[in-house]
Amino acid sequence: MSITLSLPAVLTRLTDGARTIEGSGATVGDVVHDVAGRFPQLAPRLRDEQGNPYSFVTFYLNDEDIRFTGGFATVVRDGDELIIVPAIAGG
Amino acid sequence: MTAAAVAPQVRALPLRCRNCGVERDAAPVAICEECLGPLEPLYDAARRLPTRKEIASRAPSLWRYHEWLPLDGSPIFSLDTGFTPLVEVPRLATLLGVARVWAKNDAVSHPSLSFKDRVVAAAINAAAAFGLDTVGCASTGNLANAVAAQAARAGLPAWIFIPDNLEVGKVVGTSVYGPNLVRIRGTYDDVNRLCAQVADRYGWGIVNVNLRSYYGEGSKTVAFEIAEQLGWRLPTAVVAPMAGGSLVSKLGKGFREFLSAGLVEGASPRLYGAQATGCAPIVRLVERGDGQLIPEIPDTIARSIAIGNPADGAYAAESIRKSGGWAASVSDADLVKGIKLLAETAGIFTETAGGVTLASALELARTGHFRAEDEVVLCITGNGLKTVEALAGSLDEAPVLAPRLRDVADLVARASQHSH
Repeated sequence: MSITLSLPAVLTRLTDGARTIEGSGATVGDVVHDVAGRFPQLAPRLRDEQGNPYSFVTFYLNDEDIRFTGGFATVVRDGDELIIVPAIAGG
Repeated sequence: MTAAAVAPQVRALPLRCRNCGVERDAAPVAICEECLGPLEPLYDAARRLPTRKEIASRAPSLWRYHEWLPLDGSPIFSLDTGFTPLVEVPRLATLLGVARVWAKNDAVSHPSLSFKDRVVAAAINAAAAFGLDTVGCASTGNLANAVAAQAARAGLPAWIFIPDNLEVGKVVGTSVYGPNLVRIRGTYDDVNRLCAQVADRYGWGIVNVNLRSYYGEGSKTVAFEIAEQLGWRLPTAVVAPMAGGSLVSKLGKGFREFLSAGLVEGASPRLYGAQATGCAPIVRLVERGDGQLIPEIPDTIARSIAIGNPADGAYAAESIRKSGGWAASVSDADLVKGIKLLAETAGIFTETAGGVTLASALELARTGHFRAEDEVVLCITGNGLKTVEALAGSLDEAPVLAPRLRDVADLVARASQHSH
């Protein structure tokens, strides 16, 4: 599965300026694992030491918060977009 | 006059990450580049602080506390916001079983009738400091009203994003000021996520996204005013509605700042948070006692506080627990009763969030959280004329009479029979 990860500007200094990254895997967690392996500096801003989503970002798969769909176990489909947004906003 | 032309008069303070402690220069950025934690303004600990007398001699606005607001120099916009009435309500003290009760009445806040005027006053001056020529927000309604009104007066274009199901009063009370108002199909949480992306894309001052570090500090002025209006002392308990969770944390910060400045003495008040049962992620976090907020999909008529994924939820729960307070949620039916009870006892017409606050206070009293000697302040954060839909079907319909004295006499006779 090829998935597009969209990153907030604040994280692009960890990806040589790239705003989007292609990732692959069967679940959101697989895709994050794949991207984390290729961008080691970005890895700790995607997942914590236990392998759970990093607490200061929220993951949206095609605009839906993955915490409502199974978290990192959420199944992805070819062409899906995974949007990463800083968690501290609004209110 | 544009914001850029007047920018040198006001400067924003530098920032420090609440999570990792990294410091950075002032910027329209709310997220730490290192850890993505929230940035907070960094005040000069050696700055000169005013005495009670000096503060009391200043104009009755939130700027009388400017030493605790995140700007240096002279603010430019919204100079007359703040200093709303603190109204004692003896009948509510009886109902809550406490010594005294006050309503902090931001339902009459200038200019847009909610406490969001305070945070926007801080944010719009930060926008001026940075020379930003456009402001905006993601809003459940009150913030939309405040940004639209204050941007109009400042002469700044505004982009305002709201859920598409808001009350008529919230929509009209925004669009009348002529902003770019956009209604998004979805919940506030959808709007908020979109605005985080919008702030990333455009160089605007989104007050509760990239200006959030400065914006949030405006909430502290509720605490400062309560302390001053009580005669430079603190209540023992404060009840506040929770949406994103910022207000309750900033109340605690404000009380602590006045204590450490020596302006008041004693203990910081116990903080109590209120939510609607149909969207109560912070109440449930307080009840569970862990640190992991579980987001919810809101289902309540209390739309102004219907945030299922509150950014400050964990911080709010921590502030509440550390203060010795607690949290409660109430049904939509009970919040409507709360609106009516506040109107009938305090003469204050509040919106749904205010109904949640009073109904939650009653629930907290029922479950033994208050003491007989308590002095309780209820934070009434918005105006009931904005959410009249909430009262549909719950008020007595007024009789319609012919213009004849005899008919009035009959009615009065029936009414007096009824009341005896």
